[in-house]
Amino acid sequence: MTFNYFCLLGAVYHNFAPLLKSRLAAVNKSWWKILSFLLLVYTIVAGFLWEVPRLDILNETIRNLYFHVCMWFGMMILYGISFAYSIRYLRGFNYKYDIYATHFASLGSLFGVLGYITGAIWVSVTWVTQSGQSLGTVLKEPKLIGAAIALLIYGAYFVLRGSFTDMDKKARVSAVYNIFAFVMLFPSIWIIPRLVGSLHPGSPGSDSGNPALDQNDLDAGMRMVFYPAVIGWTLLGIWLATLRIRLQLIRDKSITHEA
Amino acid sequence: MKLKSINHFFAFVLAMFIGNSAMAQSAQGPEMADLMRSNGKIYIVVAVCLTILIGLFLYAWTIDRKISRLEKEK
Repeated sequence: MTFNYFCLLGAVYHNFAPLLKSRLAAVNKSWWKILSFLLLVYTIVAGFLWEVPRLDILNETIRNLYFHVCMWFGMMILYGISFAYSIRYLRGFNYKYDIYATHFASLGSLFGVLGYITGAIWVSVTWVTQSGQSLGTVLKEPKLIGAAIALLIYGAYFVLRGSFTDMDKKARVSAVYNIFAFVMLFPSIWIIPRLVGSLHPGSPGSDSGNPALDQNDLDAGMRMVFYPAVIGWTLLGIWLATLRIRLQLIRDKSITHEA
Repeated sequence: MKLKSINHFFAFVLAMFIGNSAMAQSAQGPEMADLMRSNGKIYIVVAVCLTILIGLFLYAWTIDRKISRLEKEK
């Protein structure tokens, strides 16, 4: 039975080998897209099936770490890439880098919005209902407010871009603004929620330390899934951003060649 | 830490072979989806999510190839 199966596999491989070889060149360049796929398959399989710590209130929703938290990590990395390309644009005024910065920022915002929505779902079963928190305390949650501020600042980035008619001015001003927007991430989502009381892990009062990065904060088994998940989701975001970048580069070919 | 996670993995494999009925019986401790796992139904969720993931990646892949073709045309 197994032998037959392997024979069949061999026959399939024999017939498709030429096609496979021709595809190999393409695969060579896009190995990271395949890596992203494999990591996300691993995330879903291990994320749903592996043992996780049994905690009150959280129960199985602790698995949201592999999805909700990864959205925020992906957002930060994508915004970081966008920030780097904005600086690169300002160094040589190459229009290409302005396109890079915009689309990485837009994919970062998509991840941020997804993180926000998934957080809202998670809130409704943990903070609001079971731990005696009223909606009022949840709405005062500094990380919610900080994340909303951060996303709105990036929203203003796109509004700003849309309001220019002059292309050079648009690229220049929005690149400077993008640097400001990235810097604003630091106080709004990393510093302030850790200074004042927060329902998220890592705030004073809850002894859970620095969330996700502290050795003692995250279960070792969960860490084995969480870090690959972050890489997988981020690579997916980068892939989608590059698709949009490549489309716009084709569209704006006449402009980018002049620069 | 590494040894610990390997132990963790073996514990998981062991738990899979024995079946999770022992765990489901211990009523004390926080409630988890043990019933779902003992029924085997959680695997359906995994299958559904994997199907969606594969579909999305295939879609993105076709867009990628279309853009590559456009880039070659010039």
